[in-house]
Amino acid sequence: MSATVKDDAVIGKGFPRKELQRLLRGRGRYVADIKLPRMLHLAFVRSPHPHARIVDIQTAEALASPGVVGVYIGKEFTDSEPLVGIALHRRGHKSAPQYPMAVDRAVWQGQPVAAVVAETRAEAEDAAELVQVEWEELPAITSGEEAVAPDAKAIHPEIGDNLAFEHTISVNDPEKTLAQSHIVVEQSFRFERQTGLPLETRGMIADWNPGDESLTVHYAHQSPFQMQEIFSRHLGIPPLKIRVIAPDVGGGFGIKLNIYGEDLAVVMIARRLGRPVKFISDRLESLVSDAHARDHDIVAKMGVSAEGRITSMWLDDLGAVGAYGMPFRFNVAEGMMCITMAGACYDFSSYWGRTRSVYVNKNLVGMYRGVGIPLACIVTEVLADKAARQLGMDPADFRRLNHRRKEDLPCVTPNGSQLDTVSFEECFEKVLKLMDYDALRKEQADLRKRGILRGIGLASFVEATSYGPPYYGPSQASISTQDGCTLRLEPAGVVRCITSLTDQGQGTLTGIAQIVAEAVGLSFDQVEVMGNDSAISPYGGGAWASRGMAVGGEAALNAGRALKQNIIALAAAITQNLPEALDIKAGEIVNKESGAAVLSVAELGRIAYFRQDTLPKDADVQLSVTRSFADNHKHYYMANGIQASYVEVDEATGFIKLLGHWAVDDCGRIINPLQVDEQVRGGVVQGIGAVLYEEFMYGPGGGLQNGSLVDYLIPAASEMPDIHVAHVETPERTTQLGAKGIGEAGLIGAMGALWVSVNDALQPLGATVAHQPFTPERVLLAIKAAKAGR
Amino acid sequence: MTNEPKHSLTVECTVNGERVRREVPARRHLADFLREDLELTGTHLGCEHGVCGACSVLVDGAVVRSCLMLAVQAHGRRIETIEGLSDSGALKDLQTAFIERNAAQCGFCTAGMLLTAHQLTASGEAMTRPEIREYMSGNLCRCTGYHAIIDAVEAVLRSKSRTP
Ligand code: FES
Ligand code: FES
Repeated sequence: MSATVKDDAVIGKGFPRKELQRLLRGRGRYVADIKLPRMLHLAFVRSPHPHARIVDIQTAEALASPGVVGVYIGKEFTDSEPLVGIALHRRGHKSAPQYPMAVDRAVWQGQPVAAVVAETRAEAEDAAELVQVEWEELPAITSGEEAVAPDAKAIHPEIGDNLAFEHTISVNDPEKTLAQSHIVVEQSFRFERQTGLPLETRGMIADWNPGDESLTVHYAHQSPFQMQEIFSRHLGIPPLKIRVIAPDVGGGFGIKLNIYGEDLAVVMIARRLGRPVKFISDRLESLVSDAHARDHDIVAKMGVSAEGRITSMWLDDLGAVGAYGMPFRFNVAEGMMCITMAGACYDFSSYWGRTRSVYVNKNLVGMYRGVGIPLACIVTEVLADKAARQLGMDPADFRRLNHRRKEDLPCVTPNGSQLDTVSFEECFEKVLKLMDYDALRKEQADLRKRGILRGIGLASFVEATSYGPPYYGPSQASISTQDGCTLRLEPAGVVRCITSLTDQGQGTLTGIAQIVAEAVGLSFDQVEVMGNDSAISPYGGGAWASRGMAVGGEAALNAGRALKQNIIALAAAITQNLPEALDIKAGEIVNKESGAAVLSVAELGRIAYFRQDTLPKDADVQLSVTRSFADNHKHYYMANGIQASYVEVDEATGFIKLLGHWAVDDCGRIINPLQVDEQVRGGVVQGIGAVLYEEFMYGPGGGLQNGSLVDYLIPAASEMPDIHVAHVETPERTTQLGAKGIGEAGLIGAMGALWVSVNDALQPLGATVAHQPFTPERVLLAIKAAKAGR
Repeated sequence: MTNEPKHSLTVECTVNGERVRREVPARRHLADFLREDLELTGTHLGCEHGVCGACSVLVDGAVVRSCLMLAVQAHGRRIETIEGLSDSGALKDLQTAFIERNAAQCGFCTAGMLLTAHQLTASGEAMTRPEIREYMSGNLCRCTGYHAIIDAVEAVLRSKSRTP
């Protein structure tokens, strides 16, 4: 007897990733590790000013510097189609065109103005210092407020003003509902600028082959197909002449999904020189030019009935999105997600929300993990706690009363979020148990009597994963929201799988291997997966919006099932069985009823490839299959979760100590619990970093003051708590696999929980801190303000 | 020419047990020497400011940030990198523990993590979890959330302190 079906299950098991064998032995190959024959190195000269006119650029001295092969300035690259980062379906969304490098004016500090190419990176950097730029400094717009002030000068006069986009939602008489509510709580919020900061900086090698005029780009990027499309369109290279390969990538988090103008310059220069050109940004460059995130001012209100039911929410968001529209993923996303996802976990029907994205003389805001959902979560949860407190309710009871119930699903929230297989109540009850909520509250109360400030924070959230065709299609960005999977049975009875997905450490390729193994009937070790290459895999999107398992996984499942069918059909012909009588388990073709082995897949492979002469004349051997998947009309798969945090605030120093963190998540069907848990934990720590440490600091003129890891702080092991993770599993209904995404949940919930817990800790002092990150100084200021106000 | 004069110097040292001799510019740091001259690319650069720890190597047995040391300072010394320590089996227990717990995602920080953890576990001295966190806190990881790394180090440390 062969093993039972259950024992064969590969999906749902915590397999370690195969690539770790390589990565942990120093045998990864990241883009900086790659050397090509005759390769040159590029260094950019970047604007030291947030806003300045280029009066003159002198390059002769740089050109004469040892090892230098070429020096290029912005105006040499204006013959290509500029990038214009607007979503065409967002009415009124506007951006000035952006060229690869600044042409006659730099509009943010860090914008490239010249590029130097030399035999070595050091020589390129030496020469870059010899490029003489004469600047005429211009006044900079450094905040969202300034950008929309009535007398504000437009950064780009050709688009009229600094308003990139504005959108308002008003449903069910929000003014009146708020006015009639028993109480209305209000809070303003400030979120400083930060970035995703993958430990590997951005980098690429553009390899132009003058022989056949083809381009190969080795690229630390999340979406090879997107970049193939961009290079083709903006450089006029036919798509079949472009191959984009992402080697091992040292973390992405959305930062390596964006489209950077300067990357076009690298490719253009490689084409001019007919030699491979490598550009690896150093940490300072990455900090000033990697997509930034957040930079929002929000004012929000919540109306609540005497019984503690939320009646209405009101939210006004102002996001300062940098100097241009970020191409393809759009600078409206943070604000739009914020106003459409606020309050999504709670049952109320009246809503007013407005978002404005405005241009400032700062680096571009682009995609970063969670996008605008953390803001929605924070705003909602902070107001919820405030309301509960004002009504004398326990914050957990308040949430229990207001969570949307299972029986009300599916539904669309007043601000337009589509909820279906979400599980707010189950996650909520589970986290309370996991953390022992009542015991913690008691401990908190006891310690308060001794003047110790402890806080507990709960944050329910949604995570819209796998943004699909209805979202990207109308924007007219050429972004593939479908993914594909090709499977090829090898003669040895093993399967090679090529997916259009990419993996920057998430474990995506491992998850795909599990899905394929189970669908075909093989063991995990009998499947090898590769991705990350636009010339080899079926067309697809890559990594963004936590879509790997949900979209690429569904394609893999379909491909696996199709291959299984073909294998069985052939096995039936070879063994003179009916196909319906056969199954495949752990690499053996077995009789479905008896479980007896009929033929191994390896034997079938040998016959199929090397002994076709023994097959019936009409036997159709189809052992390579490709399947693709996209749900044409689905906006996203809505996942959800809740997190809790327990902190202590030191009243004297303003320091916040993290004592415990709990996360319960519902990402639908779990393919690999080991990878899922670590996605959650990694996200939690980035969320903690955002709330406690991470901030770009600017001087009065808009100059960045912290351009290194010495003073742009990210979390280290010693400050982080242990993170307890648990799950509720509600499969997505509309797919066969049932997976939703998990990549962003950790960050979203952690930010919400930490905002709430810190403010809960400050309650005895009547203080509120609402300016992120919560540096000791800001905590002390909040305490001081509360004391002064008493 | 505003450039500093480009002194080249001869460096002779042992790298992963092999004797190497190269002419290097005086200003080249050890990480670039390993990565560019010797093509040992397992040592990574995350900041080049001595903050992240991704570039950690062993110099005469001690963990050193190779972005903060000049190649010429390695003259006459014994360098070990992630490649050599993997091939010799010195990191085997840690690597197994890291892989089992998925204590690495993108893997960019991991060479440094393993080397620091190696130094920590080498003594076999018992340590509490917060002490392990403290010890590992000079190595930054942006992917994992640290929990799994600390689990892995703790497990290896336990098994070491059990064996006399
Ligand atoms: S690269 Fe040396 S410490 Fe970061
Ligand atoms: S695993 Fe990516 S930085 Fe640590």
